[in-house]
Amino acid sequence: MTHAAPLKAKPINPTANTENALEVEHLQIAFGPLQVLKDINLKLKKGENLVVLGRSGSGKSVLIKCLVGLNEPDEGKITLQGKDVSTLKDQDLELARQKIGFLFQGSALYDSMTIRENLEFPLMGKIKLKEQEINALVEEALGNVGLLDAIDKMPSELSGGMRKRIGLARTLISKPEIMFYDEPTTGLDSITSREISHLILEMQKKYNTSSIIITHDLECARITGNRVLILKDGIIAAEGTYEEIKNSKEEWISTYFQE
Amino acid sequence: MENMIKQASVPPSVKKEVSSQAPRSWDRVQSSVSAFFVEMAQIFRFTVKFFKELVRRPYEFGETIRQCYIIGYRTLPLVGITGFIMGLVLTIQSRPTLKEFGAESWLPAMVAISIIREIGPVITAIICAGKIGSSIGAELASMKVTEQIDAMRVSARKPFKYLAVTRIIATTLMIPILVIFSDIISLMGSFIACNLQGEVSFTLFFYHVFEKVNFIDLIPAFIKTIFFGFAIGLISTYKGFNAEKGTEGVGRSANSSVVTASLLVFIIDMIAVQITSLFY
Ligand SMILES: Nc1ncnc2c1ncn2[C@@H]1O[C@H](COP(=O)(O)OP(=O)(O)OP(=O)(O)O)[C@@H](O)[C@H]1O
Ligand SMILES: [Mg+2]
Repeated sequence: MTHAAPLKAKPINPTANTENALEVEHLQIAFGPLQVLKDINLKLKKGENLVVLGRSGSGKSVLIKCLVGLNEPDEGKITLQGKDVSTLKDQDLELARQKIGFLFQGSALYDSMTIRENLEFPLMGKIKLKEQEINALVEEALGNVGLLDAIDKMPSELSGGMRKRIGLARTLISKPEIMFYDEPTTGLDSITSREISHLILEMQKKYNTSSIIITHDLECARITGNRVLILKDGIIAAEGTYEEIKNSKEEWISTYFQE
Repeated sequence: MENMIKQASVPPSVKKEVSSQAPRSWDRVQSSVSAFFVEMAQIFRFTVKFFKELVRRPYEFGETIRQCYIIGYRTLPLVGITGFIMGLVLTIQSRPTLKEFGAESWLPAMVAISIIREIGPVITAIICAGKIGSSIGAELASMKVTEQIDAMRVSARKPFKYLAVTRIIATTLMIPILVIFSDIISLMGSFIACNLQGEVSFTLFFYHVFEKVNFIDLIPAFIKTIFFGFAIGLISTYKGFNAEKGTEGVGRSANSSVVTASLLVFIIDMIAVQITSLFY
């Protein structure tokens, strides 16, 4: 296994790095004969934005689905806030899930509900909130993505980019401690993309959210990422800050940055 | 034309394969038999999970009521119309035979007994398996393939509880009610058919009906409809949750929930008849 560029990450806040939000060791998964992930090792520090780059079909979505338990890995250990996920009981797993947020690549809005109900849905599972508080949260979340007037529409009435933004609002509404973004800016125009990138940064600053961001959008990677990983052939083939990766001498890495 | 015929005749290469087909089709039988048992085991696990989640908090009351409304109310017209026609037709068809035996006065009672004991529950359940089974199967399957069920799972609300338990409760409660409704409308249809040829007063008709229909006819018929409802809900949610990827999977789920649920209705009916006949 060739870990190509021995680039080192720059810690975002060296004093507060006692615990990692998420640790992954030797993660493997195969679908039939197709070994998608071979040996994934990564650490997500608290309050860090970690960008994962990789070509289409390289297994990025599979990777983060493994991390939240939507895909069952064949091998490997996942440690979430100091606890080994495989040893958690159902009840504790539910509790752990309340602290994470997941933006799906295809938005995954609930078709049979209005936008308001979509946003209320994750809140209902948690602590009891008053109706007024819920309304305020819903409006704030929609305001953040600039879609306040879509509140009473159905998902089928929205464009792809709008659905993506609603998906983002629905994920962020419960202020998760760990966020997984699967291509948050794909399919959006460059202005909206930039706004979304800044929203991700804002979440990080305001709530000290730790995030894994999967993207093809280099600008988003540059804006949001403290650290960048490249997923290739089932392993993390390169790691470093955006600048370090971009200026890498390795030829295969520079192909990711060609305009 | 000649060309086509030539092509249709079996080329030698295919003939060779035919001889080796016997073991291969045996393999296929084996694998489909084992797939059948695997599926049975999965349905059993699904059922156990249902009862576990049924008693566990939090209860999704609001969604259960909403599903009862959707499943019950929206099926009402269909069940009503078919029930009416059933009663009407059955009465018109039975009259000549009974007339031959000079037993025309038995007509209301005979129609009522066949409707209440057998035809009403089974036909209504089959219609519900078609309408409700396909819509639940397709809805859940499309939620599955567009990752909506996964989205519920990561937002810490149990999709099994919110989607499956509520729907299974709703069908279990609503289908018996729909059957009773359909039975009543059927009897109305029968009354109208009786009136088409020769006058029968409303009271006389129902006097004849209740003279012969016992309480003992109603109870087993009612109990089996509860099982019909449970089976329809269970199968269609199971098929929806286990949909394959892609839009093709949605169609297949809807289709197989209807087929399996209808078949199960007949199987339950057969078992119910065996059991009730023990007591008579
Ligand atoms: N449930 C599954 N069953 C079988 N194969 C799967 C499944 N999920 C993913 N794969 C395979 O895993 C590989 C990686 O898929 P994945 O969705 O992770 O790609 P990706 O890196 O997210 O690509 P993109 O950038 O296009 O979203 C693909 O080859 C895909 O066919
Ligand atoms: Mg993907």
